[in-house]
Amino acid sequence: MTILIIYVAIFVGAFFAVRKGVSKFRQMNDYTSLKTVTFGDESAVRPDRWASVISVVTIFLLWGAFTGSKWVPIHAPGPFIGDTEFVYTIEGPDGTRDDATVYARVFKVGEEVTDREIEPGDGIAKNDVITVGAWRSSLLLMDKNDEVTRKEGAKVVAIDGQPVGPGDTAKVANGTVVITAKGSLNFAPSKGMQMEPIWLPPPESVVSRVAEISEQGYQNFTLFEHLYWSLFRVIVGFALGALVGIPLGYAMGLSDWFRGWFDPIVEFMRPVPPLALIPLVIIWAGIGESGKIILLFLAALWIMTISARAGVSGVAISKVHAAYSLGASKWQLMRYVIVPNSLPEIFTGARVAMGVCWGTVVAAELVAAEKGAGMMIMVASRFQLTDIVIMGIILIGIIGYGIDILMRKAENWLVPWKGRV
Amino acid sequence: MSTLSIENISMRFDLPNGTHVQALQDVSLELKTGELMSVLGPSGCGKTTLLNILAGFLAPTEGQITLNDHRVTGPDAERGMVFQQGALFEWMSVRENVSFGPRMKGQREAEFGGNVDHLLEVVGLKDFKEKAVYELSGGMQQRVALARCLANDPDVILMDEPLGALDALTREKMQGLVLKLWKETGKTIVLITHSVEEALLLGERLLVMAPRPGRIHKEYRLPFAEMGVGQDLREVKKHPDFGAKREEILSMIWDMEEEIMGRTEEAEA
Repeated sequence: MTILIIYVAIFVGAFFAVRKGVSKFRQMNDYTSLKTVTFGDESAVRPDRWASVISVVTIFLLWGAFTGSKWVPIHAPGPFIGDTEFVYTIEGPDGTRDDATVYARVFKVGEEVTDREIEPGDGIAKNDVITVGAWRSSLLLMDKNDEVTRKEGAKVVAIDGQPVGPGDTAKVANGTVVITAKGSLNFAPSKGMQMEPIWLPPPESVVSRVAEISEQGYQNFTLFEHLYWSLFRVIVGFALGALVGIPLGYAMGLSDWFRGWFDPIVEFMRPVPPLALIPLVIIWAGIGESGKIILLFLAALWIMTISARAGVSGVAISKVHAAYSLGASKWQLMRYVIVPNSLPEIFTGARVAMGVCWGTVVAAELVAAEKGAGMMIMVASRFQLTDIVIMGIILIGIIGYGIDILMRKAENWLVPWKGRV
Repeated sequence: MSTLSIENISMRFDLPNGTHVQALQDVSLELKTGELMSVLGPSGCGKTTLLNILAGFLAPTEGQITLNDHRVTGPDAERGMVFQQGALFEWMSVRENVSFGPRMKGQREAEFGGNVDHLLEVVGLKDFKEKAVYELSGGMQQRVALARCLANDPDVILMDEPLGALDALTREKMQGLVLKLWKETGKTIVLITHSVEEALLLGERLLVMAPRPGRIHKEYRLPFAEMGVGQDLREVKKHPDFGAKREEILSMIWDMEEEIMGRTEEAEA
């Protein structure tokens, strides 16, 4: 909740800062900037690059600030670490009361810790020592060393002077104490506002994981190998899908018999999400490479078939007529008119298919695989290696984005007339 | 010698609801080599159907078309076509578009190159040879379409409202170009148009068609095309006969439109 408020505050604050401050230095006088009607004119809405930069920086700052990153100067208050104490008052069965101090030592989980040395004190209640990890809590059987015990009817009546009973929570310095139903004490040091590394590790530990796994590997394969195998499956699966799907789509666009024969199959298979095929593919082909490639082939096949079919039906009839009137044969029409004319549609389909394949391969690897990006993050999550999981997600995102950019570049290069006809 | 003859063509489509449409009824016509004929008529008179039959894209239900003493059964390079929207191939440059026909015949650059360059010069696109067609304006695209058709050296050129999508100024220039090409190449040209003025300017013969069923209503032989070659077309339009013919044809088409409206109203009532 706090994070959301901070985020919204940065969003609004940056908006005013950029509008009031930076915009004065940006002298733009192109056509769009002179438009007075921009609200409702989609073409006049261009992304404000300042907003994009601030947006990305904000995410990293918030991430760092709320995980105690060394890279970020400002931090949200972290969990309490160090020594603290509180006093409990015990009442014996005979009504006598005595105070004892609990000396707590809160340490970072994973670091060496030694117990505090204390004097037991006098009276019927004796001082106690507890050691608690940050973000954890610790149950204290305070009467273990006291002269009166709960069995005999003794009970804690106050914490730091505040009267309490079973089920109550008392605030103490650097934490809270809960009186359990049975009357023992549960001390939880204050957690602060930072995330525990097991939920969200700081950015530097994610980055150091990249270096570590690139060199030493994880689950028998290096990072590069995991990513390579995922990409390899996608490319082979997509290539096979395109190799079968495009000719099939052309056939469906050019022949009524093919159209009639394959229409029910394609129309039925198209809405089946490829993920739903994973169990069947595992039964048929196991969890090895062939299973993955069959799955990705099926994921790409229908998309490519439909886009090739749409590409053929998108050929303006006048172009076909023109080609025939100029003396083209059927094969020449195919080669010089239908194929080039369908390329824009096929590229759109290929972009969609690559995206779907990339999503499908990761999902398939999550289910079962020996290597691959999806397998890496799935296994890491079982061992609560959240930094590997986050690293994997970021890399999967970067690769997916990279694939899309490459497809767009190829499209601009190969079909420059797209959208300009 | 290369006469295009249309013999008793009828065209009747069945509709899915069991009725049928008589698009053309008993159309007969003969065109000699080098004749320029424009076809005019209200929408639904079957002029585009007639052109599609001439091109070989549709088979008539009755009658036949013969060109050079052989029967027309499908599209062929001997009958070139110019479409309203150019129908150019965007993935080819201007020059590749123009040389499409010869290349499909398997000719080599050496055989067609000179002719193609000459045609590009005639239509005024010499400096745009290597441009992509989508970079050209509508008028220029239509000139590419004309050049592409001529490069194939067809016997007959069929034009389906070739200037319909152009603005008035470009249209006038293109009308001059069509007349020039007609005179220089001596091709037989059939041109469909919606514009009465264009039909008068670009028709040695002018065919007015009537709708429902599509049929020939009246044929004119006009001097304006001959007058317009190499002339300012606005001068031709000032000719007193031109104005008189325009009014006559306009009122003829108006009458047809009103008759249709009347018939529809009767049917509705």
